Amino acid sequence: MIFLWSILVLVLIVVGLALLLTVAESVLVNYGICIIDVNASEKSLEVEGGQSLLSGLVESKIFIPSACGGQGTCGFCKIEVLDGGGPILPTETPYISRAERRDGVRLACQVKIRENIKVKIPADLLNVKLFNATVKSTTPMTNNIKEIRFSLIEPSEIFSRVGQYIQIQAPSPDGPVFRAYSISSAVYETNEVELVVRLIPGGIGSTYLHNLEVGDPVEFTGPYGDFIFDEDPETELICVGGGAGMAPMKNIIKSMYKEQPDRTCWLFFGCRAKDDIFYLEMYEEMAKQHPNFHVVYGLSDPQPEDNWEGETGFIHLSLDKMIEADGTKRQAFLCGPPPMIDAVTRVLQTKGLADDEIFYDEF
Amino acid sequence: MTDVMSDVSPWAILIAAIFTSNILLTNFLGMCSFLACSRQVGTAVGLGTAVIFVMVCTTAINWCIYTYALVPQELDHLWFIIAIAVIAAFVQFVEMFVERFSPKLYHALGIFLPLITVNCAILGASLLMITRHYGFWQSMAFGLGGGLGWMLAIVLIAGLRQKMTYSDVPQPFKGVAIVMIITGIMAMIFMGFAGMVKI
Repeated sequence: MIFLWSILVLVLIVVGLALLLTVAESVLVNYGICIIDVNASEKSLEVEGGQSLLSGLVESKIFIPSACGGQGTCGFCKIEVLDGGGPILPTETPYISRAERRDGVRLACQVKIRENIKVKIPADLLNVKLFNATVKSTTPMTNNIKEIRFSLIEPSEIFSRVGQYIQIQAPSPDGPVFRAYSISSAVYETNEVELVVRLIPGGIGSTYLHNLEVGDPVEFTGPYGDFIFDEDPETELICVGGGAGMAPMKNIIKSMYKEQPDRTCWLFFGCRAKDDIFYLEMYEEMAKQHPNFHVVYGLSDPQPEDNWEGETGFIHLSLDKMIEADGTKRQAFLCGPPPMIDAVTRVLQTKGLADDEIFYDEF
Repeated sequence: MTDVMSDVSPWAILIAAIFTSNILLTNFLGMCSFLACSRQVGTAVGLGTAVIFVMVCTTAINWCIYTYALVPQELDHLWFIIAIAVIAAFVQFVEMFVERFSPKLYHALGIFLPLITVNCAILGASLLMITRHYGFWQSMAFGLGGGLGWMLAIVLIAGLRQKMTYSDVPQPFKGVAIVMIITGIMAMIFMGFAGMVKI
C-alpha cells in the first residue's frame, strides 16, 4: 500500500510541477508577434516572439550564414542590431571585437526576440536564397578530391558574384548542420553550381558530399562572401592556391576570361606530388586561348617516378621568382592552408601589394 | 529520523553556515561550478548571488513540502527525489520570471541560473536541514547562511585566482590543480573555526 501511495504522491508532485511550469511558460514566455525591421523599414517581418533572431530571420527567408546551427560557436551570424536586442551576452563576447561592439554587431543566434527589433543586414545577404538541387555529376580529381556538380531545381538560377561561396546542408547526428564551400563553377553558369571538395577524415560536410551519388537531392543556401573583384582590365590578377584550394580560383579565372579575354592573370597552384595535380590540362588549354594567362603548378615533394619538369619547392618561392616588383597594379586571391597564406602574403607584400589588395580564404 | 527539533538559535545557524561549517569548504558541496566559474570576481559575485537567492527559496519551499506534505503521509523516503524535482522546477520558473520582468537582472544572472539546477550545494542544503531537524526559521537561516558561505568561498578563490595570473605557478600545477590545492588550504583555515558553534 505504501508503495502505491508513494508512487502516486511522487507522480502527483511531478505532474503538478510540470503543469505549473507549462502554465508559467505560456504566460511568461509569450511575447506575441514581434516586428523585425530590416534596413530602416526596407523590409518589415512579423515573427513569433521568444525565438532567436537567427531562426526568426530564417523563417522569413533571410539566410544569415551560420555553421554551428545556432549554438553560438562559429561566430558567422554577425549582424548589426540597432534597437531592441538587449545588452550583449557573455556567450557573444568572444566573437565580437570592440569596434564591432560599438556598431551594435551581435550574433543573431544569441539575440532573443522579446520586442520589436531593428536590424541592419547587408544587401548581399538579402539575396541569399535556399536552393533545392540534385547531383548532376561527381568526378574524382585526385585520391581525396572530388568535383561535384549540382543542377538547380528551385530556384532554377543562382546569381552570384566572383569568389562567393554557398553553405551546404549536411545531416549529422545532432540534426542538420551547414558547411561552407566555395563555388568553383563560373558565375555565368547560372543553372548549376560546382564544388571542389577534399575529403577530410571524420569531417561532416566533406564525408556527406563525397558519398553523394548522381541524382541525390541536396539543399544549400547562398551565395555568400564579400570578395570584391577588381574589374579594371589593367589590374593583374594573381591567384595562389594550395591543396584543395582550387575552387575559388576556377570560379574567378573562368568568369573573368569570359568577360576580359586579354587580361593578365597568374595562377600559382602548389601541391605535393604529381598525384595531387588536377585541372592542369584545362588551364593549359585556356592559356593557349588567352596569351596573358600564366599557369604555374609547383610540387613541394616530387617523386622520382613523376618525371616533373615544372616548378619544385613551396609555391611562394615560385611566386617570388616570377612576379616582379615593378609597380604594376595587382589584386591577389589566396586559398589554402594557413602557413601557405602567411608565406604568400609576405612575398606579395615585398612585391608592393597593399593589404587591401590581398584577399584570402583559409582552411 | 526522530521528530526532535534542533534547538540551536537561527542566528547561530546563520553565522555557523557562513564561517564555521561553510557548505563548500567543510562539506565540499557545489565544487563543479566553484571550480568552473571562479576565474573572475565579477562572475563569482553573480553566481554567488544567484546561489543565495535559489538556496533561500528552495529551502523554504522544500521545508514546507517536507513538513506539511511528506511527514504527515509518512512518505519521507521520497524526500531526495522530490527535493531534486522541486529545485529543478523552481530554477526553471525563476529563469522565466526574471527574463520576463527584469531583463537587466536576467542578463546579469541568466547564464548562471541553469548551472544552479545541478549545483549540489543547493540540494545539500535541502537535505542537511532535514537530517539536522531544523524548524522553519532555522532552515531559512541555514539556507541564507549556506548561500552566503558559498558566495564567500567562491569570491575568495576568484580573487586569489585573479591575483594568481601574475604568479609563477609551476607547470604541473597550472589550471585546476593549483585551484584544488588553494581550496584545500582555504578549507584548512576555515577548519580553524570548526566547533566554535555547534549546529
